[in-house]
Amino acid sequence: MGSEWVREAEAAFAAATTVAALEDAKARFLGKNGVITNALKGLGKLPPEERKAQGAAINAAKARIEALLEAARARLEAEQLARSLAAQAIDVTLPGRHRSVGAPHPVWRTLERVEALFASLGFSVADGPEIEDDWHNFTALNTPEDHPARSMHDTFYLEGRSDVVLRTHTSPVQIRAMRAHVAAHGAASELRIIAPGRVYRVDSDATHSPMFHQLEGLWVGPTIAFTHLKGVVQAFLHAFFETDALEVRFRPSFFPFTEPSAEIDVRFMSGALKGKWLEIAGCGMVHPTVLANGGFDPEQVRGFAFGFGLDRLAMLQYGINDLRLFFENDVRFLAQFA
Amino acid sequence: MKILVSWLESWVKDAAPLDVATLAERLTMAGLEVESVEPVAPPFTGVVVGEIVEVAPHPNADKLRLCTVDVGQGEPLAIVCGAPNARVGLKAPCALVGAQLPGGLTIRQAKLRGVASFGMLCSARELGISDDHAGLMELPADAPVGADIRRYLQLDDAVIELKMTPNRADCLSVLGVAREVAALTNTSVTPPWAPGAVTERDHPLSPQAPLVPSAGFTAGRAVRLDAPEACPRYLGRWIRGVDPTRPTPEWIERRLRAAGLRPIHFLVDVTNYVMLELGQPLHAFDAQQLAGDITVRWARDGERLTVLTGDEVTLDAATLVIADAQGPVALAGLMGGLESGVRTTTTEIFLESAHFTPSAIAGRARRYGLNSDAAHRFERGVDPEGCRRALERATALILEIAGGEASEVVVAESPAHLPVRSAITVTASRLAAHLGVPVNADDAARWLEREGVATQVVGETITAVPPSWRFDLAIPEDLAEEVARLIGYDAIPAQMPEISAVMGQSPETCRARHAVRHFLCTRGYSEAITYAFVEKRWETEVLGNAQPIALANPIAAPLAVMRSSLIPGLVDAVAANRKRQVESVRLFEIGRCFLSAEPITAVTQDALDAALAHQQPLKLAAIAWGTAEPGWTEAGHRAVDFFDLKGDLEALFTPETLAFERVEHPALHPGRSASVWLVQGKERTQIGVIGELHPKWARHWELKPAPVVFEIELEWALARRKPEYQPLSKQPMVTRDLAFLVPEGRSAAELIAVARAAAPQALQSVWVFDVYQGKGLPEGMKSVALRFRWQHPERTLTDAEIDEAVVQIVDALAAQCAATLRQ
Repeated sequence: MGSEWVREAEAAFAAATTVAALEDAKARFLGKNGVITNALKGLGKLPPEERKAQGAAINAAKARIEALLEAARARLEAEQLARSLAAQAIDVTLPGRHRSVGAPHPVWRTLERVEALFASLGFSVADGPEIEDDWHNFTALNTPEDHPARSMHDTFYLEGRSDVVLRTHTSPVQIRAMRAHVAAHGAASELRIIAPGRVYRVDSDATHSPMFHQLEGLWVGPTIAFTHLKGVVQAFLHAFFETDALEVRFRPSFFPFTEPSAEIDVRFMSGALKGKWLEIAGCGMVHPTVLANGGFDPEQVRGFAFGFGLDRLAMLQYGINDLRLFFENDVRFLAQFA
Repeated sequence: MKILVSWLESWVKDAAPLDVATLAERLTMAGLEVESVEPVAPPFTGVVVGEIVEVAPHPNADKLRLCTVDVGQGEPLAIVCGAPNARVGLKAPCALVGAQLPGGLTIRQAKLRGVASFGMLCSARELGISDDHAGLMELPADAPVGADIRRYLQLDDAVIELKMTPNRADCLSVLGVAREVAALTNTSVTPPWAPGAVTERDHPLSPQAPLVPSAGFTAGRAVRLDAPEACPRYLGRWIRGVDPTRPTPEWIERRLRAAGLRPIHFLVDVTNYVMLELGQPLHAFDAQQLAGDITVRWARDGERLTVLTGDEVTLDAATLVIADAQGPVALAGLMGGLESGVRTTTTEIFLESAHFTPSAIAGRARRYGLNSDAAHRFERGVDPEGCRRALERATALILEIAGGEASEVVVAESPAHLPVRSAITVTASRLAAHLGVPVNADDAARWLEREGVATQVVGETITAVPPSWRFDLAIPEDLAEEVARLIGYDAIPAQMPEISAVMGQSPETCRARHAVRHFLCTRGYSEAITYAFVEKRWETEVLGNAQPIALANPIAAPLAVMRSSLIPGLVDAVAANRKRQVESVRLFEIGRCFLSAEPITAVTQDALDAALAHQQPLKLAAIAWGTAEPGWTEAGHRAVDFFDLKGDLEALFTPETLAFERVEHPALHPGRSASVWLVQGKERTQIGVIGELHPKWARHWELKPAPVVFEIELEWALARRKPEYQPLSKQPMVTRDLAFLVPEGRSAAELIAVARAAAPQALQSVWVFDVYQGKGLPEGMKSVALRFRWQHPERTLTDAEIDEAVVQIVDALAAQCAATLRQ
């Protein structure tokens, strides 16, 4: 009879799909008037010799039914949880909730790399005014008034002043950095700086902007020679373009502030610009007059200097063909450099 | 400068023939950059000089004619031709059957409208010589019939264009480039009037003996040098009886044209030719227009002269002039006067060949807005020893072309003022140290000799006297460059310098500009670079800067003044993006702004930095416009506002505290803008401004809603505090939320300041967690909910202590801010 009840309870519990139905089913067996409860109540009416065996059988059935009830409850709870979790489901394919990320400007991005490369050689970064006086921009750089080399730069002047210009190159920073350095360290010391920055010339077309960026470099020391200029510039270009297959050519040229002077051309061995010599920088050994104007003793130190077009480096590195894009601030353009 | 290769070759016969590509490469690598090499004519074959001996009408076509052409071989050819200038006796290029013309055209025997044609008469364009296609190319009457046209017109030639640096004015001539070629090839230059190649030191180029014998009369006028420092040498010659109708010889015209000069009249052409050939500018006066003697002097202020271009210029005392008895007749070294110039009827000339010092000419052309090849050369330096040579050469050419006779040369000189080439003394070891390669004194001297430098070697020491034409050699480093050029820059090795190891610095108290940039990128801002020169109105009206720093020569009106703020440029960049249909834009820029145009004279680094910060500070500005965040969340449906931007600014400065105060700024919404203060202990520093763009300017830039923007001085964002550890409290934290009803004009900062002052020290933080205004609240009031958090470093705070603190806070807010606690 006990096993009959167990089978019935098992079937009833299995049929229950809600907690209420399960509680109803439980009452049929274990409630106050449940079959098990009644059977236990009826034990007293049995003769004592039967009572023991019958009692054991009923209690065994009760234990089984209680275990079945626990299992059924657990099943229902699990089902309930699954239902509520399913109800909480989200569309995991919706975009994340975050700020969109901006992008650095390609020229600054380039500058940052360039600074890191030169920092590895112990160069520090120097800066100077962009409204610059005539002496620093020209005269101190061995380009006195009416020097024909001044016509190489189409200079912006300020209204009502002939002694102040928008700097036409980053070279005046050389003079300022040298003077500050000599003031602190003396006329025979060693100096290594780069001076990146904005420069201005009266010029505007697809390859010229009235404002653009240069990267000046200067190394002054007791043993500096032209071979070192070649070494440092070549090492930088190989590191910057990440290929030793890049050909670097030094070609005699003229700048009033260097002697000897050179133009630097590069030639790529692959890519869209493969095989063409591209002018990329001017450089030279610092003219003794310039060293002296910087406060150094040209009998004790020599130096080399170079000036790269920072925009040009960025254009070559990223395949940009129009300089004007750098100054249009089109977010679709900028986003490409994130 | 453009030079015909054959002309150059005629000056360096030893080195010729020159392979043009190799020549161009060697010149470029020697510092004379070859910008282009253009063949005179494209390749073609089978074209000869033809003469039209008969012209008959075409039976079937009105516009065509049937020509009989003598091509110097066999029977004359029948050729159908449509050119309007086809006539009997005309000599023109004739392409024979089988000829290959430029563009791949092959000439075949053909029938044109039913008539057989055995060749083609050509225009200059058909041969690729020029763009002229008005008719057949007309050849001189003496052109030999049947001659190959390429040989006859010397078309197997090329023009090289050289980009000359200002230091090498000596190379602004065929002679100069020839000298360089000779030095590079270790050969000699040969002047066209000398029998064979001789070294330059034998002076074949400064003829002692005149090229043309003088006719034994004097120049007819004296020359006085009143400004010998500016003109230390002046040579003149009277040439009379020339036939002004003579044409310029074809070979001179051809060389001038290749150089980019238009032949005008033989007198002008010869002076130009000699200038191109020898580098010495000459001037030919019409002798009959000159009155009396010649004086070279500084102009008197206010003197006037009408120059060759027809412009009348008013002179000043810094201008050197050539004057006759009546006044200035030419701007010395720059341009002749119109009156005294030669014309097509001139039969008598006074030919000038003078030396003007560079400083006397430099800058004058620009000042008067007049450009000339003469000024270009004189301001860079012309060989003072070349005056006589050029005068003789020009005389010889004029007499050869137009007859006449030449006077003796009148010479005015002030030897004391002539440029002196001083000896430069340098040791081989100094050259070696400068270049970084071993240099042997004898080798260096030999190289320098090839450049015309006279050298003497004693042991290791070289004494070098540069030639008269080299204005750029003055110091030992100049010689180092000459030696480097002759070694070849490419042959000098590249070496890294040796450096002693020095530990770098990494101060905790500053952060790199790049870290600030990356932070802003991460917060959604892209980096802009706007022009430092802006529209004047942006400064005067948008920023209220009454006296912006203006450019004297702006490139365009919208780029006329220097910016004092990055804000207008960024607003403009946002507006440009809006026009490209971008819906949300965040930009930032780091750049200099300009508050003063005074020169900065500071020397030490600290003083320089301070002056820069004061006069030309680096600023950082950011702008946000459009949806707060593109996407599907609630932020995608509202516009970015003041508090979005403020949050970013505060985040940038974390862990520092910023304070904000309402401020009026002409660019910004008066109710929605604030000055930004950095609070460090008791110190407060104003570092910038933040706000919504003024509706007026938002309308101007067509931005709706208005963008929000901040601008600060960058230096404050780069400074950082070195963190110092504070022990952490193990005591429990107590939080109380209190909501107050306050008049709407009261700022949150005020409430917090009063509450903080009233609370005991253990109050750790207080912040606004809710603000409400509107339904359910009295008019003009708002509800501000503050959250207070207490924690004592050493002990547990009791409820009684907290309750008492709350009472103090509530009382203080009531008393000072008219705030009542909401129940």
